[in-house]
Amino acid sequence: MIGYLTALSAIVTREALRFIHQRERFVAALVRPLVWLLVFAAGFRAALGLSIIPPYQTYITYETYIVPGLCGMILLFNGMQSSLSLIYDREMGSMKLLLTSPLPRWWLLTCKLLGATAISILQVYAFLAIAAVFGIVMPPLGYLTVLPALVVSGLMLGALGLFLSSFIKQLENFAGVMNFVIFPMFFMSSALYPLWKMAESSELLHDICAVNPFTHAVELIRFALYASFNPAALGWTVLAVALFTGLALWGYSPEGSGIRRRG
Amino acid sequence: MTGIRVANLTYRYGAKTALDDVSLEVRQGAFCALLGPNGAGKSTLFNLLTRLYVPQAGRITIAGHDLQDNPRAALAKLGIVFQQTTLDLDLTVRQNLTYFAALHGLSGRDRARRVDLVLERLDIADRARQKARTLNGGHKRRTEIARALLHDPAVLLLDEPTVGLDAAARAGITDHVHGLADEGVTVLWATHLADEVRPDDRLVVLHQAKVLADGYASEISGVKPLQQAFLDLTGANA
Repeated sequence: MIGYLTALSAIVTREALRFIHQRERFVAALVRPLVWLLVFAAGFRAALGLSIIPPYQTYITYETYIVPGLCGMILLFNGMQSSLSLIYDREMGSMKLLLTSPLPRWWLLTCKLLGATAISILQVYAFLAIAAVFGIVMPPLGYLTVLPALVVSGLMLGALGLFLSSFIKQLENFAGVMNFVIFPMFFMSSALYPLWKMAESSELLHDICAVNPFTHAVELIRFALYASFNPAALGWTVLAVALFTGLALWGYSPEGSGIRRRG
Repeated sequence: MTGIRVANLTYRYGAKTALDDVSLEVRQGAFCALLGPNGAGKSTLFNLLTRLYVPQAGRITIAGHDLQDNPRAALAKLGIVFQQTTLDLDLTVRQNLTYFAALHGLSGRDRARRVDLVLERLDIADRARQKARTLNGGHKRRTEIARALLHDPAVLLLDEPTVGLDAAARAGITDHVHGLADEGVTVLWATHLADEVRPDDRLVVLHQAKVLADGYASEISGVKPLQQAFLDLTGANA
């Protein structure tokens, strides 16, 4: 058991050190949601009228509405970033090292996921702090209650990234991940607009948005930020965690394709 | 006691056969060179020995543990040096070693003691605080060998460990690993360079997915230089 925890702390520490060594990655990860918040949302504020929907108890500005979606965006990009770094051969080497350790593979991959999620959450808090400086504040308790929601959502998107990395052969294919995973997941969700708005334009799109696991992660975060609980969103997100983790473990099993494709 | 036992191993990538009914045995404490031209199947064999792949047919035993039935016990006995560097270049030599020791569940004073020991053993103690990025090729390799020895493995696998090194570093590493075999570690050393093999080494020649020759290097080469015998065997001179 001590061996398991030793490996966990080493893997999380390594992820943290790698992150510290890549300061530009941190800045990039913060700039992206801040541009959306301070530029895009400011422009859209006038165009989009929002009615009162839970968990909000009053009219809110568009900036306030998209904060949870942007938290999700940070987790989404980080999850995909971890898959990107695995496609580089150098990280692939460190993956081989991980997979040839005598500890069980499911545990080693779980440690890697936890490490990546911890880094993502630090970035979300940095983003929330900057948003607060610009006057977009949440109820104080919300900053605490959002933590478990961020953990579950971060694990889900990290597991998705890990699974994708097990079958993407080359770095060039990351553009495909952008087009076919990140953008659809983000735009076909409740991150930028409430789903009832979507239903006004297209029932089909609304239905797609409603089954998108990213929508549920965003809603989970949105409710948690207001210290309220959305059981349905939690259920769907946990289900997606289980599914993506299962696929990632299969992808990196000796029988799977993760290592084999790269030789 | 057998260090490595490979029995009737077969592996195919689609229609292409990478290993065809390959069998070999290396006794504990022997240095066995696995010589073969590029594409002979050496890397596939390494990926199977390290359980990155699973064999489609055949069995592998590492220090008495079946890799399929008891992978964790087998992997715990295995030290691996991959062909491409797997060091984290942004971490120091000591951080790299400590990280790997933790992946094997080692912690605390025991871990620190083992790290010091392998640093001494590979003669790189003075590099411990240097970032891996700043090391030359020879020292990077030494660090990887030191790392592979941290958990006292019974078997050490090295996949073309001298690729990209200059002649002096190559000779230094080759000598050092021969010394490890003398200390009782079973070594499987994959290479395509015949001059890294000594006359009294065990030698397995792999060519086009099959074992072409298996015996002591001096027996296989006969009166010819090994390089010549190897080229004749693999038909490269034809």
